[in-house]
Amino acid sequence: MAHITVIVDGTSYQGEVEPRKLLVHWLREDIGRVGTVVGCDTSNCGACTVLLNGRSVKSCSVLAVQAAGCEVTTIQGLADGNEWHPVQTAFKECHGLQCGYCTPGMVLAAVDLLSENPTPSESEIREGLEGNLCRCTGYHNIVKSVAYAAELMSAGPTKGAK
Amino acid sequence: MIPVEFDYVKVTSIDQALAALKSGGEDAKVISGGQSLLPVLRLRMAAPSVLVDCGSIDEMIGVRDEGDSITIGAATTHHGVMSNALVQKHALLLAQATATVADPAIRHRGTTGGALAHADPAGDVPAAALALNTSFVIAGPGGRRTVAAKDFFLDYFTTAVGPDEILVSFSVPKCDWGSHYSKFSRTAQAWAIVGVAAVVNVQGGVIKEARIGLTNMAPTAVRASTVEAALVGASSPADITAAAMHAADGTRATSDLHAQADYREHLARVITARAVRAASGI
Repeated sequence: MAHITVIVDGTSYQGEVEPRKLLVHWLREDIGRVGTVVGCDTSNCGACTVLLNGRSVKSCSVLAVQAAGCEVTTIQGLADGNEWHPVQTAFKECHGLQCGYCTPGMVLAAVDLLSENPTPSESEIREGLEGNLCRCTGYHNIVKSVAYAAELMSAGPTKGAK
Repeated sequence: MIPVEFDYVKVTSIDQALAALKSGGEDAKVISGGQSLLPVLRLRMAAPSVLVDCGSIDEMIGVRDEGDSITIGAATTHHGVMSNALVQKHALLLAQATATVADPAIRHRGTTGGALAHADPAGDVPAAALALNTSFVIAGPGGRRTVAAKDFFLDYFTTAVGPDEILVSFSVPKCDWGSHYSKFSRTAQAWAIVGVAAVVNVQGGVIKEARIGLTNMAPTAVRASTVEAALVGASSPADITAAAMHAADGTRATSDLHAQADYREHLARVITARAVRAASGI
């Protein structure tokens, strides 16, 4: 067992983990952050995407021990109190979800994309989300959501409020 | 699935890594980003006794200007490589190939050196490394040695890096030729069915020299040397298409779920012409 300390959504968590434990399993089973879901478990689908030190990663493809000393942001840490993140608002407004299973990963991949490219073109959005699969195939509204989120974020933080 | 049990050691220097590999014995395995290794572990296709995590060794992270070449730490992520100004200026082909690896989240974790040492024949980076005449610095119990690109990739998933050794860095001679990486795959984030990495020296509208690397046309990435020779003096799209007809010469394409060998050979010819035209502007 290895002792790890990880800051998740602003709170420091410590624990003993088996080295083989995947970050997504540690988030869900050990600290109860079940907003992050396991999708394909083959690193294809991106449903388990979180931000690790600010960059999107697939948490099924990171060992929990490798996250020791890092900061993790999950879908549960994105809102500021009762105020949604603009990407969350945009997904609601543009109906960027159907069954919702891919949504946590989609939203975090979109947050990462917009942090690097605040004004992406449609093709840049599609390529930026290529690691995230929606089996409802609702990509069109997801792309519209990310484009709208870019508008909200360029207009200023208050426009993104719920 | 959940991987088999293993021990885990995080090291912060090459010497520590080599010592950990030695004490771990033949089933010890190096991990850095783990974007190829972790899927294999989850499928239980590998059962290492210990993972030696080299992702935090300072010497293995970042890009340095060495005058005539740039040196890239083997644990630099794909994202770190493709967005680095030195790489974009002096080894653009490497940035172009790296940008097509998997998807953004995997590029944030996965390392270019790891992909080179993994040597998947369908991986994008080895063909670019061959075309750029990359050299590799390998550390082992006997010290360090430098291996040329032509001697690095040995077979399927096999390189000159021995089980008790570590790829520390790789160096790319600065290259201001036109470049392009062209990859054919059926779906987003898929492996290349065939890929072509091209750097071309054009003077006065005429190709003076070209180096072409092929992805997934043999057990390792290979150079298309017949095409390279045929391209010298080419000055028109027709010249390039004619030279590219040799792209499958000497290759050993395989048939699999995605393509038959003869289709791969066809793709190699077509995509080589596209890549050379894009790289040369002809």
